[in-house]
Amino acid sequence: MSQSTQILLALFVPLIGGVLLTIAGRWPNIRETITLTTAGILMLLVWSFLPALLAGERPEAHLTTLMPGLSIAFKIEPLGMLFACLASLLWIVNSVYSIGYMRGNHEKHQTRFYACFTIALSAAIGIAFAENLFTLFVFYEVLTLSTYPLVAHKGDPQTIQQARVYMGILLATSIGLLLPAIIFTYSVAGTLSFTPGGILEGHLAGPALGLLLLMFVLGVGKAAVMPVHRWLPAAMVAPTPVSALLHAVAVVKAGVFTVTKLILYIFGPDYVFSQAGTDWLIPAACFTIVAASVVALRQTSLKRMLAYSTVAQLSYVVMAAALLAPISQVGAALHILAHGVGKITLFFAAGAIYVASKKTELGQLNGIGRRMPITMVAFTIGALSMIGIPPTAGAISKWGILGGALDTHNMLVILTLLASTLLNCAYFLPVVFRAFLLPENVAPKKDHGEAPWPMVLALSTTALFTLAFFFFNGIPIALEMQIYRGAP
Amino acid sequence: MTLSSHFAILVVVVPLVMAPLVAVLPSRSGTPWLVATLTAFVSFLLAIGVTQQVMAQGVLLYELGNWPVPFGIGLVIGPFAALLLLVITGASLGALLWGRASMNQEVGEEHQSLLYACWLLATAGLVGITITGDAFNVFVFMEISALASYVLVSAGPSRQALTATFKYLVTGTIGATFYLIGVGYLYMMTGTLNMADMADRLSQVSDTAPVLMASGFIVLGLALKAALFPMHAWMPNAYRYAPTIVTVFLAACSTKVALFVLIRFDFLILQPNLGDHALLFTTILMPLCIVAFLVGSTVAVFERDLKRMLAYSSVAQIGYILLGASLVSSAGTTAAILHMFNHAIIKAALFMAVGAMVLRYGSSRISDIAGAGKSMPWTMAAFCVAGLSLIGVPLTAGFMSKWFLIQAMLEIEGIGYLVVFLILVSSLLAVVYIWKVIEVAYFQEPASMPQGEPPRLISEAPMPMLLMIWLLAIANIWFGIDPSLPLGLAGMEVQQLLGASR
Repeated sequence: MSQSTQILLALFVPLIGGVLLTIAGRWPNIRETITLTTAGILMLLVWSFLPALLAGERPEAHLTTLMPGLSIAFKIEPLGMLFACLASLLWIVNSVYSIGYMRGNHEKHQTRFYACFTIALSAAIGIAFAENLFTLFVFYEVLTLSTYPLVAHKGDPQTIQQARVYMGILLATSIGLLLPAIIFTYSVAGTLSFTPGGILEGHLAGPALGLLLLMFVLGVGKAAVMPVHRWLPAAMVAPTPVSALLHAVAVVKAGVFTVTKLILYIFGPDYVFSQAGTDWLIPAACFTIVAASVVALRQTSLKRMLAYSTVAQLSYVVMAAALLAPISQVGAALHILAHGVGKITLFFAAGAIYVASKKTELGQLNGIGRRMPITMVAFTIGALSMIGIPPTAGAISKWGILGGALDTHNMLVILTLLASTLLNCAYFLPVVFRAFLLPENVAPKKDHGEAPWPMVLALSTTALFTLAFFFFNGIPIALEMQIYRGAP
Repeated sequence: MTLSSHFAILVVVVPLVMAPLVAVLPSRSGTPWLVATLTAFVSFLLAIGVTQQVMAQGVLLYELGNWPVPFGIGLVIGPFAALLLLVITGASLGALLWGRASMNQEVGEEHQSLLYACWLLATAGLVGITITGDAFNVFVFMEISALASYVLVSAGPSRQALTATFKYLVTGTIGATFYLIGVGYLYMMTGTLNMADMADRLSQVSDTAPVLMASGFIVLGLALKAALFPMHAWMPNAYRYAPTIVTVFLAACSTKVALFVLIRFDFLILQPNLGDHALLFTTILMPLCIVAFLVGSTVAVFERDLKRMLAYSSVAQIGYILLGASLVSSAGTTAAILHMFNHAIIKAALFMAVGAMVLRYGSSRISDIAGAGKSMPWTMAAFCVAGLSLIGVPLTAGFMSKWFLIQAMLEIEGIGYLVVFLILVSSLLAVVYIWKVIEVAYFQEPASMPQGEPPRLISEAPMPMLLMIWLLAIANIWFGIDPSLPLGLAGMEVQQLLGASR
């Protein structure tokens, strides 16, 4: 199989799986088998690119050309590879989890749920592998639209209301800011291909460049830089597997991935941050980190707290990408991965608690660690990773970001990292404390232990990933270093 | 001479000749529909033939009865006309294939043969306007198509159809009369009705009062026919109360033809000869277009009836089309022509999907179609595709239009940036009104029936309808990925309209 076919296959396999599972909708067991098989095949397809990537190859594929300079084409580079590996790996785990969650909760419309998931995954792979900004935009919009039915899954008026906020903000920013920014870039640079070092140098300078950067950063609403973060807490009305895979991994990571990719391959970090009018990005990201953490501190619902924590963590990536130090930019890439495995664990735990006990509020969680020890241990590992305490994944990526900040003597970033770490402790540790050390205060409706086994399996797997990444991180680091050192 | 050299005239003659024949066919049988559909099919094939010739030659000239041109009537088919020809004949054929069930439900059988005859007359009229090279001939065909359309609209199932028709008739007549007055003045000053001749001779009398009057009357009259804001008042009710099959046909092509004449007349005859006409054209039309798409989209958001909602959306889309043309730049005109084509396939698909729901639910109120996502999944899915295209989501035809329009606006800088922003605001309003429908169809339970009555069982639309709806939905995606057909023709036309220099 040539590399080009393999790339296209990776895009279409989820879609084919989606069609098949819709046909098999009446037989849940067959339907779930199809989901798992599809996820497995996708992961094989994506991960088998790793050796080629590590050897410095850049596999390409071309689908169609709409007009000169505007084509749907794909090219795998280290950053996108990392994102695709993460999404395809976690999709399998998430599918196992979904089966437990959807059945344990007796949800309706399960076929629609799984079908939309496949489209969303295909879109995420499309974003990861996009060769140019136009291709990326196409799949970005597909991702927004395909996740709407997932967010609105429950279908009651309040859910619809929140789903409208979700769709409204994501579409408004992408159509209102991202699209004109793309067209503007196209008309000044004449190309939209992702090129190391950027494509704007010599075409645009000064405040105009800063304005374009602003349009891009706010236009990529999925990166949730304040003030366009409101869609993420709104998305929490979705079933937890959606929040876990999409709103901790695929959708939000697509956002920060896009921003990182824009800075690296459209603007060129060295060029863009040498110009006047672009120095607002790091302060904006710092503000988002601190503000979102403070808001998270005040939340009473577990999932909403996690959502605001995500908002903060996403801005780590944006901030790190904007720091002019290679080590922090590698840190940005690694943080996409580290936060992904950590946050999905936290959401898995929140969903497991909901399925087993129907509890959603922080105040109800006293003593739950004794009923659900595995779940809450996994939760603790995820929380430690968010804070950045060894031996978890978050420690590695934060190390990189901090290293970059120290290299460039950026006091603002250093202080923000410090403050954020403290705030993270302040809102995560009380939950752990409550769960294990306080006596139960709200009696559950019926006696319960752990959630159904597929869920426990899934959340312990991701917790192990979180720990393992601390020790076995050579390959991703080697991969990401290529961005700066060039291919070996 | 071979038959193919006569395609140009046949495309208008065939429906014109078949119309009286259809009128005398027995109404209660299926024959009027069958003959009309076959005629439309032949017209469509002829239009394809003509388009191929145009693509090969650039412009197709045809002298009626071999009379040399200034003395006889000549047909002039440029690339834009060819594209529009495809749209008109395609819409006519598509609507006929789609709408037999809808026609049977909404219109009494005894009138059907007359209606199909009028249908062919309307087609012939619209085709005639598009291909003729004679300014007075345009008026004649305009009246043929307009009178036939009035009859078609008035056949709607409810009595409001008559008042809607009356409004349509009054405005339409005023528009046509204005155009005629304008042409009369121009004839007085130049002594010719042939458009090419007129363009030549007008330079000698360019800044005289009658010519200036004429330009005003012509632009205004055609804008009225095209339903440009604020002259759109006739359109929403005409679309709402006409038989749905008629709405599909008219929405896809009738206002476009008026826009076509406006663009051609203005670019070929008026702008080159009248000193600051191009500037006037921009400064008067551009603000109207901007208001048109803002108001059209806003009203659509608050509209509770599907057909009227789509009609107001059309008001907005006409604003986009003319906005491109009002720039008088090659990028802008390309965008206008492209969007004219794309809007035809978008609106036809949307009205067809809505028509299928009207057929099954017996109502076009948005609140009445709750649960359509479940009972009519294929129809609603196509509605979503076409809706996304209307919004301008990538990989749909609508996106291509937006892309070119925005690029054209960025070219003029300054005020262009503001207009881009307003276009995007209007696109977001389109998201709101399309999503309103999607929410009701997919996420709302059907209203419960009064006690004792069994729940209504709604089934999927009949197969011919579904086929046509999906054909158009796929066309929306096709032309979003490969827009070379409309884009190529638009490019050729722009070369001719504006010359290589501009």
